[in-house]
Amino acid sequence: MSALTLPARLLSRRFGAPRALQVGAAIVFLWLSLAAVPAVFAPYDPIVQDLGATLIAPSLAHPLGTDNFGRDVLSRIIWGTRLDLAMGVFGVLAPFVIGCVVGLVSGYFGRVVDALLMRLLDVTISFPYFVLVIAIISVLGPGLQSFFISVALVGWVSYARLIRAQTLVLKESEFILAARSLGYSKARIMFRHILPNAVLPAAVFSMSDIVIVILLGSALSYLGLGAQPPAAEWGVMIAEGQVFMATAWWISFFPGLAIVLLALGFSLVADGLAERFGVRE
Amino acid sequence: MTAVPLLAVKDLSVVFRRRGADLEAVRGVSFALDASEILGLVGESGSGKTVTCRALLKLLPGQNARITGGTVRLEDQDLMPLREAEMRRIRGPKMAMIFQNPSSHLDPVMTIGRQIAEAIVFHERASEKQARSRALELLRQVGIPDAERQLDAYPHQLSGGMRQRAMIAIALSCRPRLLIADEPTTALDVTVQAQILRLLLRLRDETGLAIVLITHDLGVVAQTCDRVAVMYAGRIVEQGSKPTVLTCPLHPYTEGLIQSQPEAAPASERLSSIEGQPPSLADLPSGCAFHPRCRYAQAACRRHPPPLAEVDGHQTACLRWETLAATRRIAEPS
Amino acid sequence: MPTLLQTRGLTVHFRQRSLMDLVTGTRRDVRAVNGIGLELAAGETLGLVGESGCGKSTLGRAILRLVEPTAGKVIFDGVDVTAMDARALLDFRRRAQMIFQDPFASLNPRLTVGETLAEVFRVHGICPNSEIEQRVVGLMAKVGLSQDLMLRRPAALSGGQCQRAGIARALALSPDLVIADEAVSALDVSIQAQVLNLLSDLQRELGLAMIFISHDLGVVRHLCRRIAVMYLGRIVEIGPTEAIFAAPKHPYTQALIAAIPRLDQADGLPQEGLPGEPPSPTRIPAGCPFHPRCTRVFGPCEQDPAPAMRDAEGARVACHLYPAQLEGA
Repeated sequence: MSALTLPARLLSRRFGAPRALQVGAAIVFLWLSLAAVPAVFAPYDPIVQDLGATLIAPSLAHPLGTDNFGRDVLSRIIWGTRLDLAMGVFGVLAPFVIGCVVGLVSGYFGRVVDALLMRLLDVTISFPYFVLVIAIISVLGPGLQSFFISVALVGWVSYARLIRAQTLVLKESEFILAARSLGYSKARIMFRHILPNAVLPAAVFSMSDIVIVILLGSALSYLGLGAQPPAAEWGVMIAEGQVFMATAWWISFFPGLAIVLLALGFSLVADGLAERFGVRE
Repeated sequence: MTAVPLLAVKDLSVVFRRRGADLEAVRGVSFALDASEILGLVGESGSGKTVTCRALLKLLPGQNARITGGTVRLEDQDLMPLREAEMRRIRGPKMAMIFQNPSSHLDPVMTIGRQIAEAIVFHERASEKQARSRALELLRQVGIPDAERQLDAYPHQLSGGMRQRAMIAIALSCRPRLLIADEPTTALDVTVQAQILRLLLRLRDETGLAIVLITHDLGVVAQTCDRVAVMYAGRIVEQGSKPTVLTCPLHPYTEGLIQSQPEAAPASERLSSIEGQPPSLADLPSGCAFHPRCRYAQAACRRHPPPLAEVDGHQTACLRWETLAATRRIAEPS
Repeated sequence: MPTLLQTRGLTVHFRQRSLMDLVTGTRRDVRAVNGIGLELAAGETLGLVGESGCGKSTLGRAILRLVEPTAGKVIFDGVDVTAMDARALLDFRRRAQMIFQDPFASLNPRLTVGETLAEVFRVHGICPNSEIEQRVVGLMAKVGLSQDLMLRRPAALSGGQCQRAGIARALALSPDLVIADEAVSALDVSIQAQVLNLLSDLQRELGLAMIFISHDLGVVRHLCRRIAVMYLGRIVEIGPTEAIFAAPKHPYTQALIAAIPRLDQADGLPQEGLPGEPPSPTRIPAGCPFHPRCTRVFGPCEQDPAPAMRDAEGARVACHLYPAQLEGA
């Protein structure tokens, strides 16, 4: 994974954190716009086949070429943005929320609760991440839904750790003691007072986690375990174009490039934020 | 003041760069010190007292702080043009510094003995053995009991007062003539503070050490210092011998500080206090920086920064010092 | 004046269990507070002084049950706080509040002053939501904070302003008792005087009972009618402020007062001072805890912890030098 974030880190060292953050945010914004209104940007329909226009090389009419079903690669990529972006964002959202709750409860209550939750964490983390995700998907059956469930069950651990560490420190601070002296309920103290102050490292981490999840998602889709054809998901597109690598390289190449560019955008944001807020992995 | 003082600072200025703006942390500070003299540098947060002392040792933090003017003459040698390598030969053998929080300034993974010896080995090219025996002597000199055993103790094994003594031992290891003490007793209990101050006075008496003592506590100044310089918003606003400044202050800020001590007011009456708060360096008032909080302020105070007036070796940066003195004479018929 | 607060044998010990201790089988408890008994009348001010390790902060927190006492009782307005259930505890919290030492750390950095204060009103349902803003403005004015500071976060305020906000928060529920834990220690000298005046004014105006915890005897002398001197979790002397300053009885009190740097001590430090340093509360000496440092130690000091002796005007000293008097005599 660091192989992909390396270019981002090199770029941000060279140009400085604020610049990295700006560029990254611009890239992400670009992709978000494509995902929001793909019909505005995509010239053709992504699903409809046109068997009279198969395997056309990149040209004026089809800037990124067409695939073996005559579908315009550019339009498919644009429409596929939704899927890959959703994989990234929602694949991180569930773990984030679960991790926050577990980390807060574990850190605040300590003792037995903490011991139990941390043992659960230890068990989860002792399995290699990808192996566990694939194992769960193979039990649930392939598809995006399984992907999200699986990632939620496995990915919460990093967030739980980060939030717990912050909670342990914050719960001794004077403003929390003040909240207790005012008779505030434990729930209010945890979610209204500790969480907003604890969430920063986890939020910064989530940006680089999005990169990991996007790559995981598209890799799984490539393997047939995630999104299914004829969805225009980039991993699926790479798999479909694989047999044509020698003759029609553009079918696999451009979706691959899209994955790289999306990941790069988030990587730059992650690195810029980490630099800005002084959080180190 | 002798003809050639041990330390002579003239017009020292330091600027910090923050968020693209230049902040003048120290503005034209001048003072001098002889051997065996203790100068108290008094001020609150933002007064510039710590920055001034770091500038003397040219130990300003990072890229953003730089000395923009003035000279610092130690034993008649100007330190400003010296490069870092040459300054390293000054720090330790000629002048040394001790800090407020000994725990943050001692290496936690090195024994006390080694930390003292390290300086001696480095500066005096002594052997480890010689350095260690000198370290033992220093620990005894600073009053650490059971010195032989404490040589091999780690900082976390010592109490707060002991750590401060250890830091003093490290500072004095290469026999400097000038010691800069930045709030050395602020973090200590009051009974331990008395011990450390007593130690500093004894060292001054025994070795002729000159000390610049930074503090916000006028009581400490009263007990230990020979002369006092009061700083506000980067400038020295009053300077003179301790008895004169504390009994007849000639600057409204000094007067305000003295009067706001709890002991100045009879019990269960309101304390006299200075209105408002110290200005932010990014937003200094025009003219005299103290004028918004000053009860003697007049129009002229807003226009020009007041020049330093001198009366018998007692300096004050206040246009209205005569009024101040007169008002006090009326209020205290003696 | 009726007694508002009373503690009896209040004790707080913290268990320290490191891996080494488990292996060697030792148990080094931090004996922060050891059997404290004191009383406070409504509207009265009591100063709690001592050096590091004396347990004054822990005592303050134990009284408010922010730290669970290991033993002893805290009786507030006739009710045992240590035995209260959650509902009674909530009522107690409305009547007893604390002001903290670090002005910045005692406020939630992500909330504005207005939000912090409004939350108190909202959670306790003091008034209808429509009135909250008005109340907040009134409260801020009472502590000398201008209305435009309402939208600022602690980072945009000075130390003095943050501390005033902390005071406002403590007063929002109109408590009967306020414990100020080193409330001015972290402030600049010129601001200290302002905040002390504010506390003094508010205490008088609102008839608050106040316990003022500080290591600074000068400050305590100015604000409090009575003073209790603590050492290693015990009260060694307690009595009217001026009596203690004029004629301190306990050797520790005498040393403490002698060590205060004062402006009129222009002739330097007194020659003799207290040797050594306050020991750690994990290793409290046997007998009178002060005996290793005491210049007047004699026979019984090493074995017998001196019980508190009662004096004439409700003043007490825990020292063998003074003759024992029977309780109630």
